[in-house]
Amino acid sequence: MTTRHVVVVGAGPAGLAAAEAALAAGARVTLIDSADRPGGQYHRMLPEAYGAARPERLQHGWWAFDRRRRRVLTHPRCAWWPETSVWALERPDPTEPGVPRVHVVRGPADGGRRSRLRLDPDALVLAVGAHDRVLPFPGWELPGVFTAGAAQALAKGERVVVGDRVVVAGTGPFLLPVAASLLQAGSRVLEVLEANTAGTLARGWARRPWQLAAYGGKAGELAEYTALLLRHRVPCRVGRAVVEARGDGRVEEVVTARLRADWSVVPGTERTAPVDAVCVSHGFSPQLELPVAAGCTLRSAPGGEFVAVDDDQRTSCPNVYAAGEITGIAGAPAARAEGALAGWLAAGGVPDALALRPLRRSRDQGRAFAERLAGAHPIGAAWPEWLRPETVVCRCEEADYASLCRAAGNAASRGARVAKLETRAGLGPCQGRICGPTVAELSARLTGRPAERPAEGIPAAGPHHRPIAQPIRLGELAAAPEPLPGNTESHPSM
Amino acid sequence: MYGTSAVVVGAGIVGCACARELALAGFEVTVVERGAAASATTAHGEGNVLVSDKGPGPELQLAQLSRRLWPQVLAAAAERSAHAARAVEWEPKGGIVVATTDAGARELTRFAAGQRTAGVHTEILDADALAAAEPYVTRDHAAAVHYPEDAQVQPAAAAAALLTDALAAGATLRTGCEVLGAVTCGERITAVRTSTGLLEADCFVNAAGPWSGELATRLGVPVDIRPRRGDVLVTTPVPPMVFHKVYDADYVGAVGSSAEDLQTSAVVESTRGGSVLIGSSRRRVGFDDRLRPAVLSAVAAKALRLFPALAGVPVMRAYGGFRPYVPDHLPVIGADPRLSGLWHVGGHEGAGIGLSVGSARLLRELMLGQPTEMDTTPFRVDRPAVLGGRPAPAREETA
Amino acid sequence: MSPRRVRAESDAVGRQELPLRITVDGEPVDGIAGQTIAGVLLASGRLAWRRGRSGAPRGVFCGIGVCFDCLVTVGGERDVRACRRRAHDGDVVTTQNRQPEAGRATDPTERKHLGLPGEEDR
Repeated sequence: MTTRHVVVVGAGPAGLAAAEAALAAGARVTLIDSADRPGGQYHRMLPEAYGAARPERLQHGWWAFDRRRRRVLTHPRCAWWPETSVWALERPDPTEPGVPRVHVVRGPADGGRRSRLRLDPDALVLAVGAHDRVLPFPGWELPGVFTAGAAQALAKGERVVVGDRVVVAGTGPFLLPVAASLLQAGSRVLEVLEANTAGTLARGWARRPWQLAAYGGKAGELAEYTALLLRHRVPCRVGRAVVEARGDGRVEEVVTARLRADWSVVPGTERTAPVDAVCVSHGFSPQLELPVAAGCTLRSAPGGEFVAVDDDQRTSCPNVYAAGEITGIAGAPAARAEGALAGWLAAGGVPDALALRPLRRSRDQGRAFAERLAGAHPIGAAWPEWLRPETVVCRCEEADYASLCRAAGNAASRGARVAKLETRAGLGPCQGRICGPTVAELSARLTGRPAERPAEGIPAAGPHHRPIAQPIRLGELAAAPEPLPGNTESHPSM
Repeated sequence: MYGTSAVVVGAGIVGCACARELALAGFEVTVVERGAAASATTAHGEGNVLVSDKGPGPELQLAQLSRRLWPQVLAAAAERSAHAARAVEWEPKGGIVVATTDAGARELTRFAAGQRTAGVHTEILDADALAAAEPYVTRDHAAAVHYPEDAQVQPAAAAAALLTDALAAGATLRTGCEVLGAVTCGERITAVRTSTGLLEADCFVNAAGPWSGELATRLGVPVDIRPRRGDVLVTTPVPPMVFHKVYDADYVGAVGSSAEDLQTSAVVESTRGGSVLIGSSRRRVGFDDRLRPAVLSAVAAKALRLFPALAGVPVMRAYGGFRPYVPDHLPVIGADPRLSGLWHVGGHEGAGIGLSVGSARLLRELMLGQPTEMDTTPFRVDRPAVLGGRPAPAREETA
Repeated sequence: MSPRRVRAESDAVGRQELPLRITVDGEPVDGIAGQTIAGVLLASGRLAWRRGRSGAPRGVFCGIGVCFDCLVTVGGERDVRACRRRAHDGDVVTTQNRQPEAGRATDPTERKHLGLPGEEDR
């Protein structure tokens, strides 16, 4: 029997675990990540050139991660492809069984002379993660308004703090580690604002509390952050949000307000505070362009759309597996368990192996945690009340709320594709990654219709349809793919 | 035609243009669309309003008629809504065809001479004139011809503007409504069965684009209109680098070919948003929606031959669409000889955006029994390429 | 105050700083090896460097390569995500402007990269 070749896309907690398990099951693995170091967002590493003596100070579970990445990256059957972007997945002919062909470019981020390669694996594990979802509000396009993830990446990844009078706002437990990173880097956090009310949080988290106990690692980690915030006397307020950012050319002050459970503003509770930076996150958007390009079925959940997987992490496409945040926002422990399951099974490992039992248990606990997380930190239905006609919704094209309302009000142009072309929302360089889910939600509300049925051969006008998954320069695209390097190529540099 | 009801099936640009003409002529128009208006072929085209790619003949005549009508149509739309007219992004920017080989240059010069006799404005550009008009185009070319009449629209907004006019003139729109079959009485169609119920009318217009063939089969009278896939690349917004619609002389050959396998030629132009649109490919692969990197690569390579300076510009999006293809490359405009009350308007392949308004005008004249702006015989349904000599399957009988 | 880099001597992670210098629109900007171009720009006190369609200033938003707000031209290559590209000593960075009146590619580096004569030559 020939060795199975498993391509793992994403080297965060899920992807690394997948690569490790696939190697353990005897497969040859190509591990791909767009960054130059493994770890993803959760284990974002400092640059090699920083020569950090004590990197563990910035990371939960650093040592376990460090051991795993060394094991995986130095494994003789593993090819580690850093600085590699998957720009297209090419589905096979529906009549022929096969795994999507993986088209990549390798080289410095957005460089113009990257090499173009393609891989034809026996199985594919997608573990590409998620990014912050940020709802629009007046002034959110001002410099100095960051996603919480940006503040975290800059602090953890290169020791840059975004400001010295910072408000961290939005919803979800992720706000806590972001505030903690800023504090550890010596920044002043004025307050942490959780938009959901105490009632919503209590109902979400107190339901089936034994599940949280089983997910002890995560709870302990959050408790540590809370203690740090207490020590620094950072007020954490619930039922309060940043509803506007103001400033001349940069953020200078924020308007915060108390919210009801549906996130409508309680009139008269607005307060302004001078700031030099705001960090916002209203949850996470899974990066779904690759699963969609592969043809994977999505499922709708309270927190948004995710890749549908079965108990073995299989997607609806044969030999395509998904793990981590693209299947649900459940945190790093669940992502690792999902990745390990996916990697093992993608490599042809036996599905009833004894060692899989704790993984499945951990994965199931993670799924339960994800459900509770979504329940405790929902996006309130009344958030569009924060918008004004001139509020930018699509940051790239500066399409405003008024233009979306106008398109929705015209029977001839309310179809998703026509509205997109007319308002330009989603047509810019980010290709709707930031505004896509928001525009879909606003349009559905404004027109009172669910998404329309696509015609034969025309892909659904969903917010995740991006067949060019990463920009590729015309010169790179015009060049023929290069022959593959040797099968067992490995990069000892980590 | 007050009191006469018409159902237009398909709210792509051709259906929208037909609905507008018929509504303005006094028909009681209902537009039925299984998806959303202007969301399929119309939303996946480049918005060509071209005379440059057509040799003397009926299609060129239709293109010239349409080119005359577009400014009138848009002026009327602007009276209703300046915003809607602006969204159409009408740009009479002109086209430039560039031949990069000596053989291509000879063919282009001969082609342009023929077009001139048919009344097309053409202007041979020498190297300096080309460099002045398109500073980023390759210096390595053999001939170039400027076609000042070529224009461009944003196709989905153009369809929306036509449809909005139709609705303002009394038409109604039913989206999410799929036509399933015909109800006939003798040799006459009296209603269509749809996913949302029976719809009766005096006449029916098949404007279903590349799905026209399938719709006609559902109605019991097949026509040979098939999908021919095309792919377009969209770059990130860049400072202006392409000022006309610039295409290589191979394009005319690719349009006219009937090959099933891949045909590519470079068609390069800017949009108002700053992106460069790059086409084009032609493949007969049914309704296969898969993106093919090899096809995109071939399109990119052709485009770089014309504009080497674009090599560093990133492609951020690609989309594919299906052109309605007829084996003899001529549109279909007219009454179905087999089923009274049924009309077909379609088969424009890649030129449907530009030809929509002229085709709709001819349909209106034919339906009203008026003299037509041009001879419509070449577009008749009753021709071998359209009826294909296929035996008509048994038609559904009157309910 | 503006964004800044944590001082190496007080940084708990115990790290070194190898200086590097890039130019931004011709102006020298100092950073350290390993930083992204966005990190170098932020730590030098720049919060915004790109202009959107309306001319509104933009800098970093998502920080992880998703939003494309932080695009810069590096060595004549346009549309490089500053938050993802590591800075190298000597990098020639130019800022981008999407305003329609910003006109043709006038940036000298970019013109050179495109194989065009300098603007003054035309």
